Amino acid sequence: MHGPAALQLTPDGRLKHLLTTEGLPKSLITELLDTAETFLSSQGQPVKKVPLLRGKTVVNLFFENSTRTRTTFDIAAHRLSADVVTLDIRTSSASKGETLFDTLKNLEAMQADLFVVRHSAGGAPFFIADRVTPNIAVINAGDGTHAHPTQALLDLMTIRKHKGDPANLSVAIVGDLKHSRVSRSLIHGLRGMGCPDIRAIGPGTLLPSDLGYLGVRTFHCIDDGLRDVDVVVLLRLQKERMTSALLPSEREFFNLYGMTESRLKLAKENAIVMHPGPINRGVEIANEVADGPQAVILDQVTNGIAIRMAVMAMTLSTQQGGHS
Amino acid sequence: MHEIRSQKATETALQNLISQVRNGYVDNAPLVVGIHTGGAWIAARLCEALEWDEPATLDISLYRDDFETSGLKRSGTTNRMPQQLNGENILLIDDVLFTGRTIRAALNVLFDYGRPGAINLGILFDRGGRELPIEPTFLGESLGEEGAGRCKLIGPEPLVLMTPDSE
Repeated sequence: MHGPAALQLTPDGRLKHLLTTEGLPKSLITELLDTAETFLSSQGQPVKKVPLLRGKTVVNLFFENSTRTRTTFDIAAHRLSADVVTLDIRTSSASKGETLFDTLKNLEAMQADLFVVRHSAGGAPFFIADRVTPNIAVINAGDGTHAHPTQALLDLMTIRKHKGDPANLSVAIVGDLKHSRVSRSLIHGLRGMGCPDIRAIGPGTLLPSDLGYLGVRTFHCIDDGLRDVDVVVLLRLQKERMTSALLPSEREFFNLYGMTESRLKLAKENAIVMHPGPINRGVEIANEVADGPQAVILDQVTNGIAIRMAVMAMTLSTQQGGHS
Repeated sequence: MHEIRSQKATETALQNLISQVRNGYVDNAPLVVGIHTGGAWIAARLCEALEWDEPATLDISLYRDDFETSGLKRSGTTNRMPQQLNGENILLIDDVLFTGRTIRAALNVLFDYGRPGAINLGILFDRGGRELPIEPTFLGESLGEEGAGRCKLIGPEPLVLMTPDSE
């Protein structure tokens, strides 16, 4: 392997950072999902905390606001018994003019073991992973419109649990794919797992032009795109897209692309409906679908903690020089 | 890779363990918990022989104390454990006892399920080499001098005690 994706693997192919799902081999994705299943079983115990990462320090570096993702990383690290420090960089050093590089060197000097990085600039976690001292793992918690690998992995885990091996499934992703790091990472993850039928559904203004290169079929009419799919992934419509004139209105979007009960009937009978959250009822999804039996949105949240525990444990395991 | 205990010798040790356990629990059957993976096989055989309920299985990989040196070792999943332990008498089963660290980890997992009652330990083969004050309540066979080298139970059917792949 070469390019930025190579940065996250050791020469013998083990996961040392998690930066992107692009180019991750099926065996490694499967190992991550299997490990997450192990953690899921510990989450049913009265004491949910396991002592695996006792004494390790996890630093959440959030250069961009995110309550939900940060909370799940917090919980995941706490349940592994790691010490967690969360730095809201927007309100600290960056606003005083410190460069990313200098912030990084300062945190290294505090003997951190793992950085969880969220940044509004695509590539920032790669920049950090490329420059940290050895033995520090870096996890990308979302960079710009580029990648959100842990979200993609939890989506894959949810798909696998409900529908089996993605290599036998049809998956439709609906909405604003153009500005969505979630969809980009999910597409790479699905490709890695050998998913033969990935579809993108949305208006031309919200679909990236390079989907064809990724083997994704695009549909502008939702009724055509949903036909006989096993999995429907809805994306959050960000309000700021309205102001940039990509869409006329939220109501117009719901009329054309909103997931309603009648549209869902076009998919396979037991198709699941996923959404990375937070959901906008009446924009991407109708109430009866969000609260209906086919929605697995809250299951995704639960799986998200297990996936983040697995990623932390596996990357730190590699950084320790361990062999699993 | 060669045999330390043949299928026949392993079976003899297992029968010895089963008869001790039978005599140890005359009135009430305990909650049998087998440690993945070898312990789970032994526990299943034991419960079958004594006509007890299917045993619970325990994955202790998240409680191991060698993460720093050996990294994450996934073994299996925890199954059929009660939601909460509250005074249950437990018979913990493992295939080979050596340093006692695995049992230490398993005890910690059990206490994360609540407050178990008495915990007894059933072991198929004892290698010696203890690093912790942990001893089996019921033992199939002590390997004595032969327990000095590493070994691995191969199973579930047939059960044979072997040296590891590399030896």
